[in-house]
Amino acid sequence: MENNAKFLTETALRISGVNPRKCMKCGKCSGTCPNYDAMEYHPHQFVAMVEKGQIEKLMQSKSIYLCLSCMACVERCPRGVEPGKLVEAVRLMQIRQQDKNHKGARDIPEFADESVPQQLLMAAMRKYRK
Amino acid sequence: MQKIGVFVCWCGSNIAATVDVEAVAEAVKNEPGVVFSANYQYMCSAAGQKLIQDAIHEHHLTGIVVCSCSPRMHEATFRKTAESAGLNPYMVEIANIREQCSWIHKDKEEATAKAIVLAKAAISKLRNDTPLQAGTSAVTKRCLVIGGGIAGIQTALDVADAGYEVDIVEQRPTIGGRMAQLDKTFPTLDCAACILTPKMVEASQNEKINIISYAKVEKVSGFVGSFKATIRKKARFVDETKCTGCSLCTTKCPSRKGKNEFNMNLDNRGAIYIPFAQAIPNVAVIDPEQCIKLKTGKCGLCEKVCSAGAINYKQEDELIEREYGAIVVATGFKPIDPSPLNEFGYADNADVVTSLEFERLMNAAGPTKGTLLRPSDGKHPKTIVFIQCVGSRCEENTKRGKPYCSKICCMYTAKHAMLVREKYPDTDVHVFYIDVRTPGKNFDEFYRRAAEQYGVDYIKGMVGKVAKEGDKLMVQGSDLINNEQVHIAADMVVLATAIEPDPTARSIGTMLTASMDTNDFFTEAHPKLRPVESPTAGIFLSGVAQGPKDIPETVAQAGAAASKVIGLLAKDHLVTNPCVAQSNELMCNGCSQCEKVCPYGAITYVEKEVRGPGVREVRRVAQVNPAVCQGCGACTVTCPSGAMDLKGFSNKQILAEVDAICRW
Repeated sequence: MENNAKFLTETALRISGVNPRKCMKCGKCSGTCPNYDAMEYHPHQFVAMVEKGQIEKLMQSKSIYLCLSCMACVERCPRGVEPGKLVEAVRLMQIRQQDKNHKGARDIPEFADESVPQQLLMAAMRKYRK
Repeated sequence: MQKIGVFVCWCGSNIAATVDVEAVAEAVKNEPGVVFSANYQYMCSAAGQKLIQDAIHEHHLTGIVVCSCSPRMHEATFRKTAESAGLNPYMVEIANIREQCSWIHKDKEEATAKAIVLAKAAISKLRNDTPLQAGTSAVTKRCLVIGGGIAGIQTALDVADAGYEVDIVEQRPTIGGRMAQLDKTFPTLDCAACILTPKMVEASQNEKINIISYAKVEKVSGFVGSFKATIRKKARFVDETKCTGCSLCTTKCPSRKGKNEFNMNLDNRGAIYIPFAQAIPNVAVIDPEQCIKLKTGKCGLCEKVCSAGAINYKQEDELIEREYGAIVVATGFKPIDPSPLNEFGYADNADVVTSLEFERLMNAAGPTKGTLLRPSDGKHPKTIVFIQCVGSRCEENTKRGKPYCSKICCMYTAKHAMLVREKYPDTDVHVFYIDVRTPGKNFDEFYRRAAEQYGVDYIKGMVGKVAKEGDKLMVQGSDLINNEQVHIAADMVVLATAIEPDPTARSIGTMLTASMDTNDFFTEAHPKLRPVESPTAGIFLSGVAQGPKDIPETVAQAGAAASKVIGLLAKDHLVTNPCVAQSNELMCNGCSQCEKVCPYGAITYVEKEVRGPGVREVRRVAQVNPAVCQGCGACTVTCPSGAMDLKGFSNKQILAEVDAICRW
């Protein structure tokens, strides 16, 4: 498990190209985020949790689909940490997983109600669904 | 043939743990010229120096090599040691086997091999050394202080107190600097003007201090003890000797469009103005950009009302040339312009202000006479948000500000917050902070008082957006402790903007050949042991020009700089460095390349009769003024004919070192 957490962390860092150690914990990203209230984990927590190796928690959270990818946090971060890229990386890690219950186009209508974010539906149909 | 002694130092375990010092002493024993070699625990100690002196006497040594730390550390020590044993001090070579060997290597075998090579290189150089005689140069007993803020004033007062003449050159029409703009000072909350203006008066009344205001240093040449400066005193169109400072002209002036710089452009001033009531010199100045008379030839009202007849529209810039023994850089700082950080909306909203602007809004002599009114509509703000670290502590690549902590912002923000709560208790005050940094005597207590007694709401987090909504400023920020995003409807937002060196600092640094860091702060000769001296001899540093600091630190540093200046000016003569360039007239082809690259202006060309084997003719040749040459070596590498050489570091000596290393 320890190894898996390490592997996941390394993957997240590699995909995003982010160095979370550069973070000085100022909270600029979360102060900037326009969709803050909708997210369970907030931009500054993404950085802190990746640094602590808690990737799995993030992968399970809906927060990765609630990020608007507006990249305001990336633009404003005074340390050049780029939290938005981390969110994106964790999202990619989740949707790239194989042999998980990904959905076909025909399955979509039964999930489509107002509470399900569009991005979640799109992600569910992405290429690794075989 | 020289008789060389080699002394290998252990530096405790600093060298001995990584370098086999005995093996080094053994390996160089049979090098040509070496007649003695030894190793010792601390060569710089009294016992170590005695070992060297005894060996010089006993073996009639003509030169010594000390394998130890960097020559920056102890070259002077060992030169003195050699000199007191009767050796020429320039017959001492240092092989740096600490910084350049033991400290950077882990493998003992490799480090030892390298130490031996470095020792052999030094021995090879020493074989080509010749005794050099240091000359002397006179010291001009006068000090130039560039900048008339609290740093410059304090340095000038202390130097003058020791009996030396001081000139303060200040670019603005008055001395006083940034401190004059402040309202109260932390952590005592005494008023800045009350403690500064007496010092300004003291400086102006001190007969040893000469204040040259509204002026800039245009050119500096020369060297430690003997600088020559050209100072341009800008035309103020007012005769300083006649103006009484009655300020009648400033009230009558019909031009009202000039921005009042002293009030951070928050209000306007006349074309003729006195920056503030306690200005020194208390003399009016005309802004030629705004003056109707100077621009159109009509008006002349100030001339008519001036009973002293001090107005002179024909006044011109004055050039002053003076010699100085020492120069103090006290150029200070300015706050950065936060406009590029557009999330704070500084450029678009009048009620988003910088801390220095806020300082003027709170100041009894400011544009609102000390009543806190917001700039947009002149109403009392009921909710104020302070944002710290605006443009400080940013990674350089992000282009979002300065990489350093500006140091003073935490304390002045606590001060502002406290003053607002004291004066207007019905005002809500929020402070967004990343870290609160309050190291300093009574500093943390001060900050805690703001939070605990004055009920200032400190929010750990940063502001992401300031947007205007109606007559409110909506502040969106993070509260990391509560893990929530907060939205505050504020009436005013105060940005604790980073500070940066005064824009003139870079050109002054270049003029003085005084090194600066990438942020344009002046570099000190040693970060711990020589904090008030520039690496360039005779240049001293005072105040924020060297790095961010508050008033108590600035005053302490200003005094320290003064003591260094006094130490220099107290000497009648300075020993000059004999390691200067010299030109071989027979080889010189008169190309002028060296003259162009010399940063000190030490090289001149003369028409001269040159005599040599088969040569007797008048030629144009380079001549080095040894008193001005600093031995940088730029000319020696530029010279295409190899005529230029540096004493003590001749091409022959350097190549002997290279040969010794390559032979390995």
